[in-house]
Amino acid sequence: MSETWIILGATSSMARALARELAGRGADLLLCGRNQNELKALTTDAELRGSRLAKALHFDARDASTFAPIVARAAKVDGVVNVAVFCGSMPPQSEVEADPAKLQGVITDSYTGPAEILLMLAPLMEERGAGTIIGVGSVAGDRGRLSNYVYGSAKAGFHTFLAGLRNRMARKGVHVMTVKPGFVDTGMTWGVPGMFLVAQPEQVAEALLKGAKKKRNVLYVPFFWWGIMTIIKSVPEFIFKKLKI
Amino acid sequence: MTWKTTTYSGWGRAMKATGELARPETAATLDAVAGEGPAIGMRRSYGDTALNSGGRAIDMTRMDRFLDFNETSGELTVEAGVRLGDIARVFAPKGWLPAVLPGTGFATVGGAIANDVHGKNHHILGTFGQHVAAITMIQNGKQVTITPEKNAAMFQATVAGLGQTGIITSAKLKLMAAKGDLMMVTERRVNNWDEQLDALTTAKSPYTVGWIDATASGADFGRGIVEEGETGFGIVPKRGRSRSFPFEAPSFATSRAIVKMFNAAYLRRVPVSGRTTAKPISDFYFPLDRILDWNKGYGKAGFHQFQCVVPLTEVNALKAIMERIVAAGIAMPPTVIKRLGAGSAGMMSFPIEGWTLAVDFPNRGQSAALIDELHGMTERAGGRVYLAKDSLLKPERVRVMYPELAAWAKIAKKADPKGKLITDMVRRLKLREDMA
Repeated sequence: MSETWIILGATSSMARALARELAGRGADLLLCGRNQNELKALTTDAELRGSRLAKALHFDARDASTFAPIVARAAKVDGVVNVAVFCGSMPPQSEVEADPAKLQGVITDSYTGPAEILLMLAPLMEERGAGTIIGVGSVAGDRGRLSNYVYGSAKAGFHTFLAGLRNRMARKGVHVMTVKPGFVDTGMTWGVPGMFLVAQPEQVAEALLKGAKKKRNVLYVPFFWWGIMTIIKSVPEFIFKKLKI
Repeated sequence: MTWKTTTYSGWGRAMKATGELARPETAATLDAVAGEGPAIGMRRSYGDTALNSGGRAIDMTRMDRFLDFNETSGELTVEAGVRLGDIARVFAPKGWLPAVLPGTGFATVGGAIANDVHGKNHHILGTFGQHVAAITMIQNGKQVTITPEKNAAMFQATVAGLGQTGIITSAKLKLMAAKGDLMMVTERRVNNWDEQLDALTTAKSPYTVGWIDATASGADFGRGIVEEGETGFGIVPKRGRSRSFPFEAPSFATSRAIVKMFNAAYLRRVPVSGRTTAKPISDFYFPLDRILDWNKGYGKAGFHQFQCVVPLTEVNALKAIMERIVAAGIAMPPTVIKRLGAGSAGMMSFPIEGWTLAVDFPNRGQSAALIDELHGMTERAGGRVYLAKDSLLKPERVRVMYPELAAWAKIAKKADPKGKLITDMVRRLKLREDMA
């Protein structure tokens, strides 16, 4: 029996790399996102790279009516269903501060949208008693910082949600892995100043599948971000509030 | 962000450019930047072919989707940023391979077309461009698809066209049926120049190439290893992990004594009686790819590669060139000789029927003067220098070496009237200027 992966936010650089890796293993793929032309190209690419079946499905984190058809499609899958969530949006912090109404979109894209569809998918995964959920958060969710605290707070919410979901699903044989990537060389970070120790999406994809196989609960990618974030989290607030990082 | 200001270089690292790069990931984002500068790929060409100092360039490496494959004809359509090694990896197990593969699997399809690259089977199958059925590019704001049949002139100007006729977005490649993803490789030692040339002339295999110990002189002059290969099938030996070159090598690593020792050891790898082994295809085609960033082994200043071809009748000139290289004593280990066939697909393609020689020199001291001298010898022998490898050629010489240059420049001008695709190499060699 082949494995099936639902990839939410499938056009992102990291999701593309993961889809490719999975295609190479012959997995079935349901690629979900907003840009249909782009998704079509990705499904063809995945099939040519070895995926037995790749399908494009419309998904918009801000439009809950797009969730049910994906869940219905997943319910029809014969065998184990796995999910990888890559959605999120990170407008510059200054843009959100100038227009606070933009906060809603960031929270929906990065947290509440994906959380809602995961809640909808949970029962059918529990029923199968197997499978993996990979939820991509961010190191930005580990501590609120001047440069991106709106995005960070959404990811922090998502992390907490995933921790609870892990608690719920573990007793039914479904594994939930929270991923906290550091800087990754994506379209979103291209040319952004101040980037260092930047990882390639292919490296991240490989780490995700290895981590999922080992049933890691929380995974920093690359691994050294665990050390960096441990230091950042341990700075006392009365000092931290004066820092500019 | 769309544009990133950065300093980048070709594979030789001796030439650098600082400018703005965009790296689109979707067709829509590519369209938005396509008019801003030339396309660049993995920058596996050695000199300044893929550089645009002070200007903008479009990094195509994320435009790397497989678009279509016809299982009967073996025609594969891919985006320009797809790496040739990826095609080999995915399609070899299905019994298909790109007909022509250069020495690195990291080269992109766009780059392979723009430089009309060749490989160890050139004497049989010719250049990469000869196996391209169609090219789609953004030319002066419009998307066009050209084929060798319907658009002969534009096709011949685009293949080996150094990116000057448009931003290549995708191409249809005619893959060749391959027996499997193994290569049966026979290596044998040759003891001197005459044996080397003889072995390469009489070789019957589809893939042949010679390695020369550029530190050997006197009776040993020209000694080396001749390698012949043929695709096959069987149990594929597991490929080891790639390693990265961890640091910039210090200059003594490229000193004469070390190179001499390395070459002697490299030669002795192959037993006197020769040997035949089965290798994964990627190890055969791309032996150096296993060491990522091997170019750092030449140190911070980088290196220059000299690659020439001279007509078959000019074997004496070829020998004189090799003797000059040996006498100079600064050539690095990977010195390669091959007999090329007549195949080529573009007006500015490098191959002519004859002997090609490729040598690396560290970027220091007398290297530039020596290479210029070698360029002169090549020119007098009616030969030419490979632009994909070049960083030192003079504009006067390129006009003698490439007789179709003026005609090519005219087509390039028509395709890119605003000169948006001009690169550092085009400026240095005045490729699109009328010098008459």
